[in-house]
Amino acid sequence: MSIIALAGVSKRFVKPLDLAARAANLFGAGLHDVVINAVDGVSLSLDEGEVVGLVGESGCGKSTLGRIIAGLIPPSEGTVTFRGRPLAELAAGPGRDALLKIQMIFQDPMASLNPRMRVQDIVGEAPVVHGIVTRAELARYVDALLARVGLDADYKRRYPHQFSGGQRARIGIARALAVKPDFLVCDESVASLDVSIKAQVLNLFMQLRADLGLTYLFISHDLGVVEHISDRTVIMYLGRLVEIAPTDELFRAPNHPYTQALLANVPRLEARKHRFEAVKGEIPSPLDPPPGCHFHPRCPFAFDRCRNERPALKEIAPDRWSACHLNDAA
Amino acid sequence: MMVLAVENLKTHFFTRGGVIKAVDGVSLRIARGEVLGLVGESGSGKTVTGWSILGLLDPPGRIVDGSIRLNGEELVGAPQERLRAHRGRDVAMIFQDPMMTLNPVLRIDTQMIEAITAHEKVSQRAARARAAAALAAVGIASAQDRLRAYPHQFSGGMRQRVAIAIALLHRPQLLIADEPTTALDVTIQAQILAEVQALCAESGTALIWITHDLAVVAGLADRIAVMYAGRIVEEGPVDAVFAQPLHPYTRGLIGSIPRHGQRGAPLVQIPGMPPSLAQLPPGCAFAPRCPRADEACAAMPAMADHGQGRAARCWHPHIPSEAAA
Repeated sequence: MSIIALAGVSKRFVKPLDLAARAANLFGAGLHDVVINAVDGVSLSLDEGEVVGLVGESGCGKSTLGRIIAGLIPPSEGTVTFRGRPLAELAAGPGRDALLKIQMIFQDPMASLNPRMRVQDIVGEAPVVHGIVTRAELARYVDALLARVGLDADYKRRYPHQFSGGQRARIGIARALAVKPDFLVCDESVASLDVSIKAQVLNLFMQLRADLGLTYLFISHDLGVVEHISDRTVIMYLGRLVEIAPTDELFRAPNHPYTQALLANVPRLEARKHRFEAVKGEIPSPLDPPPGCHFHPRCPFAFDRCRNERPALKEIAPDRWSACHLNDAA
Repeated sequence: MMVLAVENLKTHFFTRGGVIKAVDGVSLRIARGEVLGLVGESGSGKTVTGWSILGLLDPPGRIVDGSIRLNGEELVGAPQERLRAHRGRDVAMIFQDPMMTLNPVLRIDTQMIEAITAHEKVSQRAARARAAAALAAVGIASAQDRLRAYPHQFSGGMRQRVAIAIALLHRPQLLIADEPTTALDVTIQAQILAEVQALCAESGTALIWITHDLAVVAGLADRIAVMYAGRIVEEGPVDAVFAQPLHPYTRGLIGSIPRHGQRGAPLVQIPGMPPSLAQLPPGCAFAPRCPRADEACAAMPAMADHGQGRAARCWHPHIPSEAAA
């Protein structure tokens, strides 16, 4: 049973021409709007209770996709359904409360926590507004939430700046949990934390999943973290999904050349003094993505078809999907 | 011959809130062509150690004790002109954010030629040719044209390459790299690591790689030094330290990294958080978080030699024979 399903979801950001450019066009300059296809035709479904890791390099659209799934921004095309009902319909109608079941945890806790609110208000505001608890019960409710994420309830009258990075991450998690969600979108939630603190927060995520039966979309550029926490892993490159597979299989035998390159380049504790092999080339600008397969200019196996035709995401084995023309040739 | 020998370096910051002992008794040695990974979490003093070596400290920070010898020459207390002569020629540094290293309003060629002529008398034309060669060496295509670009016209990875090219212009004997790949993507990080590795091997440059990422050090360094609260708590060859960490902190750090093939298993976590440098406990700074701490830890342990180039600052180190017993 899928909790969230995306069908052909795209997001375009358009920068319209400014006055000078429009004036220039009157004289035949032929300028166009600047269009970025941040997310380009993504279809994906997440099962109840599953942890899906979404991996990609900067600018690949993984955060935009996370925000679309969390319902923070509408897609330009395609539909997102939550337990079979479109998000857009839920947002407009009486089913709005269902949207509370989807919550997001952001990358930078300092930017996502209001610096002028006390922790008890940050965590306690939403459940009161949405009628989950009454004001009378609020104090005990907040204490229980803070205890659940490993914070001392004595600190609830403090402000965000009085906490360390790891504690702020915990506040962000407590706020998301306050409205009793079933599904959490975690956007680089441990990226800014120190090694020892990162382990604490990752353990917390795993504990919460076991206790509350949560479903996660775990967005990260850190393959080690994603490998550790996810059941399935999704690899994204320049707005498109290039590979979806169960985590163990993906790390054991990556199919897409981009996934292979990523895995080969992850620094690992086990790899002593190895020569780093460079994938050639830069990540292309999303303003001007290459035609055909977006990865072809950096791909060692690229052939003519890759330069002209976009590869479809196809099932290459049970539960394994990859978007690469090489799978047809074989 | 040691390129750099730091002995008992103490760098303190005299603030209104008290004395911050950012670096408190650090000793390091690095030989020609060697790669040392200096690892620690934020606030452990690893960056300030790097700044101290280059003499880049500003008030309220100053070196209060210790010695820094570059090829035998004492740098602590040396006149500014002497430090200037070394910086960029014998010792160079790469910073985390290349946008801070590069001047945004000057073209790349201006900045590179300036760096060359600051230390050598060469013609503009010769300097320009060398700048182009240096850019090509770090993998920047059509280097001649790119010289005329401004920093904002490069991507993050490219800017870091330019910064590395500038750092390596004079083939320094020592290169200090302060988290230069932390802000970069995985594939770009691998490119930079590959290039720095090759360039240092080629020119015999000694490299101090400052990072919080143990995995990067595992693949890059010969030796590793782990810092905690302003002190080095463990030092040794990379293989030995990762295989059998002596200090409980090193052990905790290594255990807290997700490993291949242990999906879903709880990570070893170090309880608590790093202490404030203004209020360090007397004795071992790690004791409040340490599973092995006892009364002995109220006194500061000395850096004890454990043989095979290994040393740890701990009263109760994890000695390999103990595990077998």
